[in-house]
Amino acid sequence: MSGRREDRSIYQPELATVRDRKMLNETELYLRLSMDSGVLEYKPGQFVEVSVAGIGEAPISISSSPTADDGFELVIRRVGNVTNAIHKLQTGDKVGIRGPYGKGLYPVDEVKGKDLIFICGGIGLVPQRSFIKYVLANRGEYGQVTIFFGTKTVAQRLFASELSEWDKLEGVEVKETVDKPEEGWGGEVGVITTLIDKIDKDIRDAMIFACGPPVMYKFVLLALEEKKVKAKNIYLNLERKMKCGVGKCGHCQMNNYYVCIDGPVFCYSKLKDIPEAI
Amino acid sequence: MGIKKISKDGFSGLIEGLIAETTVIGVQSKGDKFVYDLLGSSANLRLDYDVTILPPKKYFLQPAEILLRFDGEKYEAEFDDEEFVLVGVHPYDMIAINQIDKLYSEDNFDSHYMRRRENATVIACDVARASENVFASSMGTATVSEGFDILLTDIGDFYVAESATDKGEKLLGKAEGVSTAEDEDLKAREKIQEENKKNLNKHKLGCKPSELPGLLEKAYNHPIWEELGKKCFSCGSCNQVCPTCYCFNVQDEVNWDLKSGTRKRVWDGCLLDGFTKVAGGHEFRKSRADRIKHRIYRKGKYVPEKIGGEIACVGCGRCVGACLTDIANPVKIYNRLIEDIGIGK
Ligand SMILES: Cc1cc2nc3c(=O)[nH]c(=O)nc-3n(C[C@H](O)[C@H](O)[C@H](O)COP(=O)(O)OP(=O)(O)OC[C@H]3O[C@@H](n4cnc5c(N)ncnc54)[C@H](O)[C@@H]3O)c2cc1C
Ligand code: SF4
Ligand code: SF4
Ligand code: FES
Repeated sequence: MSGRREDRSIYQPELATVRDRKMLNETELYLRLSMDSGVLEYKPGQFVEVSVAGIGEAPISISSSPTADDGFELVIRRVGNVTNAIHKLQTGDKVGIRGPYGKGLYPVDEVKGKDLIFICGGIGLVPQRSFIKYVLANRGEYGQVTIFFGTKTVAQRLFASELSEWDKLEGVEVKETVDKPEEGWGGEVGVITTLIDKIDKDIRDAMIFACGPPVMYKFVLLALEEKKVKAKNIYLNLERKMKCGVGKCGHCQMNNYYVCIDGPVFCYSKLKDIPEAI
Repeated sequence: MGIKKISKDGFSGLIEGLIAETTVIGVQSKGDKFVYDLLGSSANLRLDYDVTILPPKKYFLQPAEILLRFDGEKYEAEFDDEEFVLVGVHPYDMIAINQIDKLYSEDNFDSHYMRRRENATVIACDVARASENVFASSMGTATVSEGFDILLTDIGDFYVAESATDKGEKLLGKAEGVSTAEDEDLKAREKIQEENKKNLNKHKLGCKPSELPGLLEKAYNHPIWEELGKKCFSCGSCNQVCPTCYCFNVQDEVNWDLKSGTRKRVWDGCLLDGFTKVAGGHEFRKSRADRIKHRIYRKGKYVPEKIGGEIACVGCGRCVGACLTDIANPVKIYNRLIEDIGIGK
């Protein structure tokens, strides 16, 4: 094969092999994959297009940290055609991967030394986990780490044992909340903003990273405003419909930005000038 | 590269020769309208046309095209390597193609589009007859200086023929009836082009195209978007006929063996319901008002920011005629905004 760019297709998936799979709950599948040719190099916050021949593609965040050396991890919620097909994959199966895509704009270096707060709504934990694990692998370089995780029900929690491992680490605190509690639930009850409202220290110098469903952002931003957090200290990980991942198909556009190539992580100070963002 | 002139007979002969050896697509009549289609005879070529129903973009970004073939878990990219000649491209459509060339080659190089572009020889021609809704004069797109291999201007018994590439030069070299373009021929061409710069103007934009991004800067919350949104059917016709629209959807098709098949891209439009809808039902640009606004902003501000300021409406007027409820005309929208908020700082 020649290296001429004219001979390559930006839509061509490369093959990866499923190394490990497990259901995290009723609807979410964990996959560990490795590329058949070489290593996938990526930054926290980037995503891949997962391709199932005959069904289509879905943009899925990389959930592992680039510091991991045994492939990369994805978590897929079953919601439609492609994600249903991905759920059928077994260990040893092949799957198509394009990417990584996105700038992965987590300010990995800029926030060194700072306290970090991760606000994760539901499956929003999945992309954040990449940066969280990166931070924990470089523990000395960052300040206090706080992780808020909220789900609708107890059954929808993800990575529960990992969360409790993290919570035991020096300088790391994990707080969980569920909308609908059940017997024996020891965490908070209510939407994720309840956790923000309960912060009792000054967080004006902390860096905030939020990822969750579209409706979550408005409320989280209001709660953060109450705490006098500046826009430049807040990063949001946005979701949009995507059909290409490479800035051509137009589906992910919000005003003059393309979430696929300009994001999906954006600093809130930038989003303020993008009316279609939130 | 040079400017020559070619007799009309000579040009017909050239086209006949091309038809014998390669795929030639040219403008032809269809009822009382015009279309690009496979050319069977030079006699069917209508370089005196006003506008085609669909723009020539469809030969580079096809309405449906195969990107990949798969078989089991193997994917193989598919490229269209057929050479072809495209005859009769008007300046405004050429400029639209030049813009998409930039968008499809910059950042992530789209070889499916770009290879078709390389495989094509484009014979453009100056407009001989203004269409009902053209406003290319307002947009600065009534004439074109690049992107084509040959540009023809009808000056009576001859065409002035400017070749802009080696391909074009070679092609003219093969033709009969080619002679030096004299001063008077060049003057005749200039006269036609100067007139087109004034007369392809059925809708008059009330500002310079370069002032549109600034105008839109101030128009985001103007009531016009809601007014238009109430009338829009969300049919997507304005996207469908536009030479500068390039959004697409991607779909898989499976063969009978349930193993092999193709991944295709198909034209899509930002006016259509569902364009931004994700699993779970959330739709990011749900209101029609917002979608109309998006189309106008994309043409007048967002795409220009990506391609060095050029406005991504070339004034072909197709959307004006395609919209059943008569709200798609960009000039009407811009002029209303100019009237209400002015173009000054
Ligand atoms: C940057 C990014 C990262 C994501 N990360 C994850 C992740 O880590 N885990 C996870 O489970 N989900 C993630 N999603 C959402 C996931 O891509 C969608 O759930 C998935 O595309 C749905 O496809 P489907 O065919 O199963 O659903 P269907 O409803 O059958 O899809 C219909 C069509 O809409 C498109 N579509 C639907 N929903 C979305 C969506 N949310 N985003 C983009 N396109 C959509 C699909 O491409 C498809 O063509 C992410 C989305 C984005 C944009
Ligand atoms: S917006 Fe309308 S007039 Fe402008 S290029 Fe597109 S179809 Fe032509
Ligand atoms: S053609 Fe007219 S009615 Fe149809 S989507 Fe465009 S603006 Fe709306
Ligand atoms: S996903 Fe196609 S442009 Fe962003």
